[in-house]
Amino acid sequence: MSRSTRQQVLVLYLSSSALDAGVVAWARYDGTGQHRHMAGDDDEPPYPTGVHALMDGWRLIQASPLVSHMTGEEFKTDYLKYEFFFEKLVEVPTGGQDNG
Amino acid sequence: MAEVLLNSTQMAEFAALGYVRMDAVVPNEINELFLTGLGDGGAETPADQYALLRESSTIPVVQAGVPFKGAYPEDSALGQIVNLPRVSGAIRSLVGADPVFDHHFLHMTFPPRFTNGKGSAQHLHQDSTIDPRRAFDIQLMYYPEQVTADMGGTRFIPGSHLRVVSESSIGRYQNMKGQQQVVCEAGTLLFMHMGIWHGGGRNDSDQLRHMFKIRLCPRERQCRLWDDSDLGNDHSEQRPIFWRDDSSSRDPVQAILTHPQPWFEADTGRLEYINRIRFWRYLLGDEDYDADYWVTRVENEYP
Repeated sequence: MSRSTRQQVLVLYLSSSALDAGVVAWARYDGTGQHRHMAGDDDEPPYPTGVHALMDGWRLIQASPLVSHMTGEEFKTDYLKYEFFFEKLVEVPTGGQDNG
Repeated sequence: MAEVLLNSTQMAEFAALGYVRMDAVVPNEINELFLTGLGDGGAETPADQYALLRESSTIPVVQAGVPFKGAYPEDSALGQIVNLPRVSGAIRSLVGADPVFDHHFLHMTFPPRFTNGKGSAQHLHQDSTIDPRRAFDIQLMYYPEQVTADMGGTRFIPGSHLRVVSESSIGRYQNMKGQQQVVCEAGTLLFMHMGIWHGGGRNDSDQLRHMFKIRLCPRERQCRLWDDSDLGNDHSEQRPIFWRDDSSSRDPVQAILTHPQPWFEADTGRLEYINRIRFWRYLLGDEDYDADYWVTRVENEYP
């Protein structure tokens, strides 16, 4: 049986730009197909902070930059500001086939 | 029976959280009339079920932009619901005496037998499109039958309504701290600010779930349309902040406007207070109002 690599993605939204700040929102996507995460599937975050995700083996692959506030729009709020993307690479059996 | 207007505490909660909830406000006989009026349905796919109900239901087809008064026959279930004293009073408090009908829609969330068990929750979204107005529309969400936890009642994010985003762009946010999912008795109504982030849940029960939504738009300036007789003369007095003792009394509206939500970020949570206070200024018609000095401080400039 051959094996192949799949990506699991964790997105954490933190309360500030610090990676050890608390999680306020989150999303998960599982490239192995084992878990089908979706909106509203959990009321408690998977980790209390971003650093806790690192300690559990998640690799940080992207973080939101800090962006200057446009004049006249300093008080405008819209999207969640502190977004951190993590990944895990997982070996899965493919049975000789690639599931795509 | 006379209309029951919202009071200032309820309006402040609407300003801070983006919704007013009334549990089981619609009597069961009206809920039954509404459900009976849908017809039998009985289709095997969501598309067929919608097609059947469009044929069989008594829900009227109403033109966008007409006066809301008269949109529903008074003796119909919908006519009776919107004329309930608490319901018509809330509508008047939020969008005035003569709002415009925008649209209505019967949302159905289908149990696993309709979806081969592959049903999914709706992504988080804000309705319509980017809408930066201070004036606001409301959306009534009516639950004609009991909604249990496994029926996937509407999920929404309290306090998200003042964030200006573009509809489904927020779909990546699967879960947020403090999110709520509607679990309620039959006849429950939510009066939502148009901007609140929400989405339907996945229905894991064996029952079809119905939610009827009505969008209404104001035709007047939304200023003190509620019963503001409970606002004290000192409602805009400032109290000691940060360094204070427990004896410092708190105006209830100021407390509501500066109460954080679990999903607030550290810095933008403070911007939420400022935006709530500015929204309350708009509703009060008082551009000097403040709570805990958040806005006065950043407006202190001299030519």
